[in-house]
Amino acid sequence: MSQIKELTRLMKELEEQLVVCMRCGMCQSVCPLYEQTGREADVARGKLALLDGLMHEMFKDPQGVYERLNKCLLCGSCAANCPSGVSVLEIFMKARVILTEFMGLPPAKKLILRGMLAHPGVFDQMTEWGAKFQKIFTKPVNDTVGTSCARIMSPLIGDRHFKLLAEKPFHRIIPSLDTKPGKSGIRAAFYVGCLLDKIFPHIARDVVEVLRYHEVGIYMPEKQACCGIPAVSSGDMKTFGSLLRHNLELFAPDRFDYLLTACATCTSTIKEVWPVMADRMGEEGMRQVEKIAEKTMDINAFLVSVLGVRGDAEIADKAECITYHDPCHLKKSLGVTAEPRTLLRSNPKYRFKEMLASDWCCGMGGSFNLQYYDISSRIGQKKRDSIVATGCSAVATGCPACMLQISDMLSQPGDRIAVRHPVEIYAESLKTMVR
Amino acid sequence: MSHPPLSQTVVKEFQEILGKDNVFTEEADLACYAYDAAVVEPVMPALVVRPTESEKLGRCIKLCNDNGLPLTVRGAGTNLSGGTVPTSTKGVVILSNAMNRILEINEADMYAVVQPGVVTAKFAAAVEAKGLFYPPDPGSQAVSTLGGNVAENAGGLRGLKYGVTSDYVMGVNFFDVNGEIVKSGSKTVKCATGYNLSSLMIGSEGTLGVFNEITLKIIPAPAHRKAMMAVFDRMDKASETVAAIIANRIIPCTLEFMDNFTIRAVESFSKAGLPTDAAAMLLIEVDGYPAQVEEDAQKVEDICKKMGAASIRVAKDDAERDKVWAARRSALSALAKLKPTLVLEDATVPRSKIPEMVQAMQDIAKKYNITIGTFGHAGDGNLHPTILTDKRNKEEWHRVEKAIEDIFDKALSMGGTLSGEHGTGIAKSGFLHRETGKATIAWSRRIKSALDPNNILNPGKVIGG
Repeated sequence: MSQIKELTRLMKELEEQLVVCMRCGMCQSVCPLYEQTGREADVARGKLALLDGLMHEMFKDPQGVYERLNKCLLCGSCAANCPSGVSVLEIFMKARVILTEFMGLPPAKKLILRGMLAHPGVFDQMTEWGAKFQKIFTKPVNDTVGTSCARIMSPLIGDRHFKLLAEKPFHRIIPSLDTKPGKSGIRAAFYVGCLLDKIFPHIARDVVEVLRYHEVGIYMPEKQACCGIPAVSSGDMKTFGSLLRHNLELFAPDRFDYLLTACATCTSTIKEVWPVMADRMGEEGMRQVEKIAEKTMDINAFLVSVLGVRGDAEIADKAECITYHDPCHLKKSLGVTAEPRTLLRSNPKYRFKEMLASDWCCGMGGSFNLQYYDISSRIGQKKRDSIVATGCSAVATGCPACMLQISDMLSQPGDRIAVRHPVEIYAESLKTMVR
Repeated sequence: MSHPPLSQTVVKEFQEILGKDNVFTEEADLACYAYDAAVVEPVMPALVVRPTESEKLGRCIKLCNDNGLPLTVRGAGTNLSGGTVPTSTKGVVILSNAMNRILEINEADMYAVVQPGVVTAKFAAAVEAKGLFYPPDPGSQAVSTLGGNVAENAGGLRGLKYGVTSDYVMGVNFFDVNGEIVKSGSKTVKCATGYNLSSLMIGSEGTLGVFNEITLKIIPAPAHRKAMMAVFDRMDKASETVAAIIANRIIPCTLEFMDNFTIRAVESFSKAGLPTDAAAMLLIEVDGYPAQVEEDAQKVEDICKKMGAASIRVAKDDAERDKVWAARRSALSALAKLKPTLVLEDATVPRSKIPEMVQAMQDIAKKYNITIGTFGHAGDGNLHPTILTDKRNKEEWHRVEKAIEDIFDKALSMGGTLSGEHGTGIAKSGFLHRETGKATIAWSRRIKSALDPNNILNPGKVIGG
């Protein structure tokens, strides 16, 4: 009983933020999960009420609240549309931390987060072994999307169609960079991120090439660690703290003018999550986090608003139709919507076409996809239908995690639609120009 | 406070009817159905069930009645008078959101048949796609359900010209406490058979029966519309303009009022370009045939000028118009941002009394030293005095309760009503006798006890007891 008292005491920290929700229920209209299930516990209002109820001891089931709290894409659609301005994501992440620390991290998560993710060297080594052996267990299924599936039934993979780990991760292709700026006069740090490094190294290479083209000095230290979002969303502050410390050592903010990433989730984590979750880092750490957050920018936004890339290419005769999916962590967290579209319009080989509900979540949500693959797929199916309805032969999006989900959704029914990053499209246009 | 468990036999019976997935028994699920958008204490039900088809819904109701279990039907749970908050911890909440099919949209006969869980805005969009129009547009339409709209007789921004939900209900087909179907109304324009049971069911807040299917009237969409925004440097000028427009025999489809406090709250949220230094503003839209719309719009503009509007802006295009209305729609939630607790009242007066009512709100705010933002459907006399407070501050909350009583008394003294569109629920049931007198409540209770002898249908709502 006293344990519950301790929990309610910890939760009081959230009280001022929790009272902001007036239970108007408007989040129901934008929650991709609620649309599928119709269960109040799945929408923000329900989860906020559960936290409130637990705090006021209306009932005593922290385990039940924990499970429901974790059943969330953390897409932020509710927060972006909440007229009362409830800081939904901040509340959810802090509550996950409180409940995880109260009940302990589940063993599987402990193994992955603390055994692997927290140690960048180990994580790199394991994915490299994985890359060597993966072909024994998988076979290619869709060469347009570039996906594979399991050769034999596997409970972990299920019937997913997935992108293989790259044969050579990006850090083996270009381990580090520290170049002086040319005529741009700008020095940018490049934070690569796990998915670009391990699955999409060609996009990371395009980022480097584009920055070189614009004569931006690149600071890219080796042994970069994960941004920490898998840890913080699992409530694992220990792993989050060690990853954050590791990254802070690498990225001293006075070494660059901007910190760039080509991953919507990494950008929004560094910019939005680090500052609210770094209070255990001490004053000096907090100051550094704030400085980095301020300098952090999505690559699309940087290219368009800082370097002035324009989307006014004259469309070529046989232009390919391309559409765009708004990653939640770009549009809803950071308000970046126009810039990636501008990049798509910068390449004469493409004709841009909007899809219906381009900002409806793709259903990925990181570990949500692992835990609730069935719901994740139903949400993804809706995205797939919107993409197919455009008749385009390619879809671009500014988030490698969305790229994985969309690839799976398109590959399963056999759609022949390529999944691209806007930076690839822009880089392609530069290569054509050079020729 | 531990939770009284329901007998396992009854839970099993619900599971047999609905399947385990549609019967929620865990506390962490039940706690999600203990509240709605009203400022009332949450009450956890003992069970939540979600029927997916009518036959199962009927069996659930009978099962509740046979076991004396109080039941509350819930759509989106956006109610502002506590109508969807259970009054008993032994209660069952029946969710309507799995019965969400539009069964028919009949263009030739201009009606539609829907299940109660259809979301209002989705229905309006489906109707609009066929070039037709379903006018009732309550503030929560993006999530609210049609069943809830009928049960509360929901209004909206277009009440002035197009009326409220009750003006569009042609018939309701509902379950009585024994799970038997009762049919009322018809798909015909005229219907003179039997008692007018549809009218009894509209606004009955789930206390007399449970909706199964609703037949709604749809009308041709107006060909043309024009929106404008009139800004005033004094509040009384704005409210007198409202009265003047009506007195000049013009019926705009929307005539909305916002005081300075609301304007500033909305602007800081929506960035729609509202004049934050204005004392008050009116948002006006006229619709109909193009020639008539132009004429009415001109007349309205002239009246605004004559009454001393500081400026008038006519929306250039649909995009500008939509922006203004989106800003207005956000008023409630934008105000909610300012303080932890928001009490939204909807006491309504005959429309000519709007200037007096607006003044009264200012006086009451001053008297009790509380913050009241006033906005709302001025054209139909339905203002929304919105009190911003923090319920945790007991002393202030006491003053708020006093102020609410004053608002009620003031509205009644002008020949008005306690609620224009939010319903009585539990928030206002204690005050209803002030409007209707004791005999009306006694008569209503006799109806209720005849139709629901075990008092299981949303007990405690509307007429108390």
